[in-house]
Amino acid sequence: MKLKAMLIAGAMSFVPMTANAADLTIGFSQIGSESGWRAAETTVTKQEAEKRGINLKFADAQQKQENQIKAIRSFVAQGVDAILLAPVVATGWDDVLEEARDAEIPVVLLDRTIDAPDDLYMTAVTSDLVHEGQVAGQWLVDETAGAKCDIVELQGTTGSSPAIDRKKGFEEAIAGHDNLNIVRSQTGDFTRSQGKVVMESFLKAVGGENICALYAHNDDMAVGAIQAVKEAGLKPGEDIKIVSIDSVPDIHLAMSKGEANATIELTPNMAGPALDALEAYLADGTTPPKWIQTESKLYTLEDDNMAIYEMKKDLGY
Amino acid sequence: MKHHINTTLRRIAPQLVILAGVLLLNFLVFPDFFRIEFQHGRLFGNLIDVLNRGAPTALLCIGMTLVIATKGIDLSVGAVMAIAGAVAAALVVDGHSWQVALLGALCAGAVCGAWNGVLVAVLRIQPIVATLVLMVAGRGIAQLVTEGTILTFLNPGLIHLGAGTVAGIPTPILIWLGLGLAVTAVVRKTALGMLIEAIGINESSSRLAGINSRVLIISVYLISGFCAALAGVIVAADIKGADANNAGLWLELDAILAVVIGGNSLLGGRFSIIASLLGALIIQSVNSIILLSGMPPELNLVIKALIIIAILVIQSPTVKHALYILRASADPIPPGSIKEAKESPQ
Repeated sequence: MKLKAMLIAGAMSFVPMTANAADLTIGFSQIGSESGWRAAETTVTKQEAEKRGINLKFADAQQKQENQIKAIRSFVAQGVDAILLAPVVATGWDDVLEEARDAEIPVVLLDRTIDAPDDLYMTAVTSDLVHEGQVAGQWLVDETAGAKCDIVELQGTTGSSPAIDRKKGFEEAIAGHDNLNIVRSQTGDFTRSQGKVVMESFLKAVGGENICALYAHNDDMAVGAIQAVKEAGLKPGEDIKIVSIDSVPDIHLAMSKGEANATIELTPNMAGPALDALEAYLADGTTPPKWIQTESKLYTLEDDNMAIYEMKKDLGY
Repeated sequence: MKHHINTTLRRIAPQLVILAGVLLLNFLVFPDFFRIEFQHGRLFGNLIDVLNRGAPTALLCIGMTLVIATKGIDLSVGAVMAIAGAVAAALVVDGHSWQVALLGALCAGAVCGAWNGVLVAVLRIQPIVATLVLMVAGRGIAQLVTEGTILTFLNPGLIHLGAGTVAGIPTPILIWLGLGLAVTAVVRKTALGMLIEAIGINESSSRLAGINSRVLIISVYLISGFCAALAGVIVAADIKGADANNAGLWLELDAILAVVIGGNSLLGGRFSIIASLLGALIIQSVNSIILLSGMPPELNLVIKALIIIAILVIQSPTVKHALYILRASADPIPPGSIKEAKESPQ
């Protein structure tokens, strides 16, 4: 009994100290590690927190919403200063986010948005998928400079929002440029092997010499397609220009060899802008806008792709 | 011998007709379909693509046919492909030779197969449940091996197995043809095939007749695991990387479908590996129609479903019986009756 009282007294004595310290404690509920990009996002988030001296509590939900809800409840119970949430689905968050709001803990959404009233979260940090497609399309418009160019397109998984939006953005960018035409478009399911298989069929159905450029909705499909182009005896990057989205390490490796031409980055650093906004809010109450758009940076052959590859390859992609 | 060939031909006739039909559809959507060229040291053409891209399903359905003949099913083959690809990639990345990597991957596949076999034959767990364990867990094991990334490699020997050619023919084609013929020869030139069929028809009576069903069942699952491992190595070698998330995803269903299109009963018993291989080629030819037609990808699965439904309906016992009756009643009409029918309207 005496021991217990002592322990409580001891524990209590730490409370004012931690409260006074400027250190923030932030909970991060991550979806899981279903893709290389997701793993990189986790790595970068941990790095960003460490850089700022933030105590990050990390919870991996293994693709289950119930695990994310449990994690948020436990963050609320622990009285964290803020919560980062990468939501696995769009619906079903109202109750748990109300609990966080009642405890006055700001919530920032990473990478995806949710269907919930605006006042349940402080801000959402996401990339604009349509804009990514536009950057890719604009690059090709500039690159071809009016010369006739027949394009083949490798779409993402049919019906997925990245596939729909990246297609839409690209089409918007090339609209009004009569020299640019999409002659074939088929899904490669975001995977390397389907990217290769579908590119093989494009090369035969259209004829390799008639294809001027390939637009792939992600880098992995482009990496597969590069191999198909090589096996057909053509030079990827020269005979067929290749532009894709995501900026994973392997596409930079291909670009360093001149086998791909451009990629648009889907940055894994969603936490940087989120933590900036949180720190400003907690310091002087600055309310950030409801949506913080991350930069969709274009990388071309003019960048030092080998250096980018070396930098990115250990992020867990 | 001649009689033997005739029986085989009669057995696979429906599959040959369907394959011809699907290839004709390919020709209709893309007139250059049958053109094969020799360029850059390899055969180049859509027909070659069908044979090459059909390799994983073809390899899987060799093992799957034997498993299904024993009244079993193997749902884990897709996951085993991912494991084998991951093991092969991890070994070459660690600096081992491609022979060691291939051997390691095949051993991993055989161990997975033996695990399934023991669950089914010794612990008497229903095959669909027993193999479901590895189907779910296998991809996790593969991800542990690759540490969640796409593990890329540059070993030319290993890449040759998936993307290389021998005398201009893509290596995967030679591998599945070779393994298919070898397994067919072994089960048909010995009593093995008959023993497997006996287990599928009635396991208890076959055991009473002196067949060691336990060892045989473990063996067929082991062969299935081995075939899956080979398919996994080919898929990884093809893209120079082991993609634990996507390698062989849903391919177990294509393999089962190939066996069914091959006219083999899921209730076990008589089987034909050659017919299953034709089934695999039919599935790949259907995929080829979708790719060559240039239709929007939203229609992919609808087109595939319609063609597969048509194929299965043509093969269903009721329709087969109806066709038989139709032919039988059409044949023996005497010439006089037709004349009579023509004259009657007057």
